Amino acid sequence: MSVRDRQGQGRIEARFAALKAEGRAGLVTYICGGDPDPETFQTLFDGLPAAGADILEIGMPFTDPMADGPTIQAGNLRALATGMTLVRLLEHVKAFRATDDATPVVLMGYYNPIHHYGAERFLTDAREAGVDGLIVVDLPPEEDDELCLPALRSGLCFIRLATPTTDDRRLPAVLANTKGFVYYVSIAGITGAAAPTASLVEAAVARIKRSTDLPIAVGFGIRTPEQAAEIARAADAVVVGTALVGKVAGALDGEGRANGRLVGDVLGLVRDLAGGVRNAR
Amino acid sequence: MNRPNTFRAGPDERGRFGSYGGRFVAETLMPLILELEAAWEAAKTDPAFWAEMADWSKDYIGRPSPLYHAARLTEHCKGAKIYFKRDELNHTGSHKINNVVGQMLLALRMGKKRVIAETGAGQHGVATATVAARLGLECIIYMGERDIERQRPNVFRMELLGAKIHPVTSGSRTLKDAMNEALRDWVTNVETTFYVIGTVAGPHPYPAMVRDFQSVIGTEARAQMQEKEGRLPDVLVAAVGGGSNAMGLFFPFLDDPSVRIVGVEAEGRGIETGEHAAALTAGTPGVLHGSRSYLLQDADGQVVEPHSISAGLDYPGIGPEHSWLKDMGRVEYATIKDDEALDAFQLCSRLEGIIPALEPSHALAHVLKLAPTLSPETLLVMNMCGRGDKDVAAVAEHLAARR
Repeated sequence: MSVRDRQGQGRIEARFAALKAEGRAGLVTYICGGDPDPETFQTLFDGLPAAGADILEIGMPFTDPMADGPTIQAGNLRALATGMTLVRLLEHVKAFRATDDATPVVLMGYYNPIHHYGAERFLTDAREAGVDGLIVVDLPPEEDDELCLPALRSGLCFIRLATPTTDDRRLPAVLANTKGFVYYVSIAGITGAAAPTASLVEAAVARIKRSTDLPIAVGFGIRTPEQAAEIARAADAVVVGTALVGKVAGALDGEGRANGRLVGDVLGLVRDLAGGVRNAR
Repeated sequence: MNRPNTFRAGPDERGRFGSYGGRFVAETLMPLILELEAAWEAAKTDPAFWAEMADWSKDYIGRPSPLYHAARLTEHCKGAKIYFKRDELNHTGSHKINNVVGQMLLALRMGKKRVIAETGAGQHGVATATVAARLGLECIIYMGERDIERQRPNVFRMELLGAKIHPVTSGSRTLKDAMNEALRDWVTNVETTFYVIGTVAGPHPYPAMVRDFQSVIGTEARAQMQEKEGRLPDVLVAAVGGGSNAMGLFFPFLDDPSVRIVGVEAEGRGIETGEHAAALTAGTPGVLHGSRSYLLQDADGQVVEPHSISAGLDYPGIGPEHSWLKDMGRVEYATIKDDEALDAFQLCSRLEGIIPALEPSHALAHVLKLAPTLSPETLLVMNMCGRGDKDVAAVAEHLAARR
């Protein structure tokens, strides 16, 4: 199989197949692209797979992340303050790919920076850099022709969010053009808000599974290895973001610079979360 | 671009005005937005809904607002005959209440008991708090910290009316960030909450719905001008922040080719300084707060913080229908600087005994430039969309700083 064939859907499918073979759920980690500075970010990015992350979700910084809580918004603004742009973020992905050709990389963010970049040009550049999928929060199925359909044509996965408000009538529309996996948002709310209830998540995952063969990752509000383990019993993967971005914020000095413990702190939490996910079943 | 047969048919079923508009929101909100669209479609064709609106308009808002001949300003300009559409005389002091009553009656129909709103200058917040008090609904208002400082009287008013004010400390701490926070609240409380958007922006159906509620301004102006002068006006002028008072005045005249229509954006300290809020004049198409429209953004698609002396115009975007009307060439868009608006504010107070809000002071400053170039037969209508009580303290400070 050539590198190109493995990219996009292939890389994500291969990873979920491997997880299935191991009989465990995966850990999807979110960190904000460029946070808190380009060098530290690249070190974190490169270190995530060895720490136990199975799929990497990397935030594309935006000034107005409307569906995110204050912790992730602060991460976005820190990254922008150091000059992070989509072009630079793709350079970071390229650098990561030089050492890791197997771990799926999914970019998550909002539509405007991509819209401004030009959707087609962005898709070409993202694929070239080694990106496998996209999560764009403010593009519901009603706007599929903007980016979702072109992304699928270019071989990138478009990963859609399903939420507690997505009822049975709407679910088929949400699943229709989703590729890679479905991201179930465990609470109606913003990132980093209340913790999800495991029994509700279990019921929701079962409901979605009746309509699709795609793996289901569950996120929003999961912070601890114990919570991750609980969710990992029902879901194919567990997404953790705010807790990691919070760790980044907690390891900054008075002037907002990374202290010597930052990378160790963040990857340490990833190790703990991975342990929770691995021992869940 | 082909000119359509009518400028009044939009938006299409996807909520688009040309390529603008749409529904760019998180999945959590989509079911509710579709529900709102259905509720609005049903209300729109229900005579009982409009009868209720008419009652509120007449006895609570105080409509129709007068069409007033500003004789001394006309004399001052020595040109077009200047009329004010006096929406500052509405209950709560601006046009905002027209829309708020409409949306809140819709909220009742949908069984919502909690309403949220964002506000910049506070006029939309005050209108929302007022109607919520009248209907006994829980009311939460999101307002940027900076705007809270600039608009103390309105903050106090909202509190008196029983609303809870949430100061927004993120980003530029102004209207854009208040809208982000309101959207976050809505995502979190989507089952119980109705989001009363204050302008012709946001995801479909808001831009069209708010326009329809505000069109009462233009519909009245049309009839009143026929009555006073026996014909249509020649020129319409209105300030444009998000653009709701302007759409309200313009919409009923869009298909009258003889009517020249001008929207006035806030140029702040000057386009060249980058400190302005002129999205149509100096922005590019982008996607923010649920729709595609002109937007102030940098080379990487990051939203640029706007500046205007008027908190009500201090927004980086603009309603999508304005973007379309600009591209179609149907409406002209001009800009006015902070200082020019301040001068117009004072002139109007002295000549007409009307203290205007800083928002329509921008429209007025443009009228002061435009009217002298037009003949005395020209009939010009400017939307006096808000009164200046809320701005007097801020203006006093600016004038003291100037000296």
